[in-house]
Amino acid sequence: MNAVFKRPDALTDRETHFCPGCTHGTAHRIIAEVIDEMGIVDDIIGIPGVGCCVFLYHYFPIDVLEAPHGRAPACATGMKRAQPDKIVFVYQGDGDLAAIGTSEVIHAANRGENISIFFINNSVYGMTGGQMAPTTLLGQQTTTTPYGREFRTEGYPIKMAEMLATLEGVAYSARVSLHSPKHVNQAKRAVRKAFEMQVNQMGFSMVEMLSTCNTNWRVSPREALKVVENEMIPYFPLGVFKERTGKDFL
Amino acid sequence: MAYIKIDRDRCKGCCFCVDFCPRNLITVSESHNRQGYFPAEFDMKNEGRCTACKTCAVMCPDTAIEVYK
Repeated sequence: MNAVFKRPDALTDRETHFCPGCTHGTAHRIIAEVIDEMGIVDDIIGIPGVGCCVFLYHYFPIDVLEAPHGRAPACATGMKRAQPDKIVFVYQGDGDLAAIGTSEVIHAANRGENISIFFINNSVYGMTGGQMAPTTLLGQQTTTTPYGREFRTEGYPIKMAEMLATLEGVAYSARVSLHSPKHVNQAKRAVRKAFEMQVNQMGFSMVEMLSTCNTNWRVSPREALKVVENEMIPYFPLGVFKERTGKDFL
Repeated sequence: MAYIKIDRDRCKGCCFCVDFCPRNLITVSESHNRQGYFPAEFDMKNEGRCTACKTCAVMCPDTAIEVYK
């Protein structure tokens, strides 16, 4: 009997602190699998933002730099410039990347920094108790929008993958989902593509992953997957919005 | 002959594997684990019916499942 699926070497044995059914764990695993497949575990530096992803240093046996809230792309810029032979990835949630760190990610993308960003979009501030994030869907109830998000007062959900795809420095911008086996496999291919862009020095790469937060959505883990499929994907379409094929930016 | 191993203490009982198994071979345990969750279970009597498609392992957010073939 041979093992055809094992826990990746790039994940430690520690149990995660995530809620049952949280797809943060899936995102961690596919990143670890790609690190294993590419054989870059000794050359990689991870930079998590603040939020549920903050304990990344417990789960990956790699060097990790903790960034202040929203400032992970700025820290990654410095890290990559100081150590250009290392692979630097950033792992941020939507409150971190799309709200508090909007300017950092936009300017890092515009400068074409050679880093990879994994953006977990679960449409709420997860760790702080389910407040409205910029990505919260219209009509979605959160602790700060108890009657549902209303566009007249809170605006519209922000589409980061499309927005960053318009910038010249971006080499790869894609949105994937983690709600079914097929989509998890697609997400893994997108993660690999993002790392390959960085290895080939093509520029900034970002993968937005639609994720679940069943605790703050007040649904069961099973229902949360349905919410992603039926409510999030119609507003946040999946796909690759920009993919650079050659170094045409020179 | 394929089978899966579920790490009982790592499982948090989200039941994604139970839902996504194409042959419905995974069930929920009647006793709780060290973390206090009711984990998923695989009956080794079903060893011949499992096809090692890895769907359960791909969906598991806690990487608690190993697949053997």
